[in-house]
Amino acid sequence: MKIDKALISRLEHLARLELSDEERETILSDLNEILEMVEKLQELDTDDVTPLVYVNEDVNVWREDVVKDQVSQEAALSNAPASDGAFFQVPKVIDLKS
Amino acid sequence: MAKFTSLPQIQTAIAAGTLTCEALVNNYLKQIEASRQLNIYLEVYAEEALAKARELDQRYQTDPDKVGRLFGMVLSIKDVLCYKDHEVTGGSKILTGFKSLFSATAVERTTAEDAIIIGRVNCDEFAMGSTTENSFYGPTRNAADPSRVPGGSSGGSAVAVQAHTCLASLGTDTGGSVRQPAAFCGVIGMKPTYGRISRYGLLAYGSSFDQVGVLSHSIEDAALLLEIMSGPDDYDSTASQKAVPPYTQQLNFSGKTRIAYLDTALNHKSLDPEVREQCQNLIGTLQQAGHTVEGVDFEYLDYIIPAYYVLTTAEASSNLSRYDGIRYGHRSTHATDLLETYQKSRTEGFGAEVKRRIMLGTFVLSAGYYDAYYTKAQKVRRLIQEKTVEILKNYDFILMPAAPSTAWPLGENINDPVAMYLADIFTVQANMVGIPAIAIPVGQHSNGMPIGLQFMANKFKESELLAFAKWVMEIG
Repeated sequence: MKIDKALISRLEHLARLELSDEERETILSDLNEILEMVEKLQELDTDDVTPLVYVNEDVNVWREDVVKDQVSQEAALSNAPASDGAFFQVPKVIDLKS
Repeated sequence: MAKFTSLPQIQTAIAAGTLTCEALVNNYLKQIEASRQLNIYLEVYAEEALAKARELDQRYQTDPDKVGRLFGMVLSIKDVLCYKDHEVTGGSKILTGFKSLFSATAVERTTAEDAIIIGRVNCDEFAMGSTTENSFYGPTRNAADPSRVPGGSSGGSAVAVQAHTCLASLGTDTGGSVRQPAAFCGVIGMKPTYGRISRYGLLAYGSSFDQVGVLSHSIEDAALLLEIMSGPDDYDSTASQKAVPPYTQQLNFSGKTRIAYLDTALNHKSLDPEVREQCQNLIGTLQQAGHTVEGVDFEYLDYIIPAYYVLTTAEASSNLSRYDGIRYGHRSTHATDLLETYQKSRTEGFGAEVKRRIMLGTFVLSAGYYDAYYTKAQKVRRLIQEKTVEILKNYDFILMPAAPSTAWPLGENINDPVAMYLADIFTVQANMVGIPAIAIPVGQHSNGMPIGLQFMANKFKESELLAFAKWVMEIG
């Protein structure tokens, strides 16, 4: 598997990143080097192996459905880059022209 | 003032009237000031720590029984653990100025027992790195040789303890981030079983790997902190429901154990000859003391790192999607619409290593590649787990170097991600399997740097691991 420039652009979009040309070059060669290392996994026959997803052993740990440690509106907005005191503010989402 | 290496020493001195918490904190603050050039602390809570110390001294004077079990414990915390009303940045630009709305359960439980938090310490950005060079706030340096790295990602924690700027430090360990820096700095680093300590309030990196750990000078302190932080938590359903044993009362080791070492690890091409020699010396010492120490086959050693980087970057790309510049964190001023706000905020806020891992993680999770990479790595994780568990059926502990070499000079591997990743080869296994592991200092390399070795044990065998590690340190 070789990653090319087109795939890098697609990944950038999926990851919501916008790399500079220089960063793109470095990441392209880094990822290919890393994938070369990862290819080693293909040596192992894993056809009959179940993927390991969780390493913890407890299943379904329940607690009562009661509100705990609630965050106030003021606290929730305290780290916001932009807010009007009641809501988080973001740039306009709907473009009426298109 | 004497350099304390355990909480009992401090509590004895306070009881004898030769020490107060205030004097202790002042002493640590002086030590912090004297080691500024190592870039350990991102923030020092001087006034707050002193106020708490005075309050504790007063309470203790009124009634010595009115103080908690961590009375006299001065802690630093890694910059990925939330501490209410204090900044936490994950060593990243993207969280500059972010203040925690709540405390991590691990932090909360230590302060509830009267630990004094003296400051937050540097780490690799979002705990991604092996040298603490990936911090937006500059690298931390090893106190044994400031031209060398302290290891990572809990490098600030390791040097904070090494340089006696606090008694112990809370770190986190996703692939060795507590044990490797502990080994590089000549201190103890303990990572408990996955799920033993709640991850609530820990900035997530690889959620199926992340675990809070302790860096300290003494096994007693590691045991006590672990005992206090462990246990079920309403805010983390992956925290184990198992009762927490009184680790501090189970530190007396006796009897004979069975210890395995991995032939493939001891003969690994990346292993420094002097580190190998230290390992072989310890094997000899243990055998002479009557323990069974045997080499075992472990054919998966060279598959650990590839599988680990597929899985953790996948989890990271998902976990770090929350940093979007909307509700908190850096927001770009150059964006004109919502998509650009996400893109530019993240691009400006994240450093090179974090971007690299997000891109790799996005790739292995993307349509068309998911099965070939992500599912494959999960299957390999199963093979590694089964084989490790099988070894631990026949043996009490697995002995390994903590790292292939000692701390290297700053800048040496920073442009070679693969070389950097491969240096985690001996620590990652414990996280892949979810078992506890401890790194202890065992000697010095001819280059002057500390050498650390680690022991791993089966899940929830923290008591046995701590007691044995204590015994090994005492005979060494």
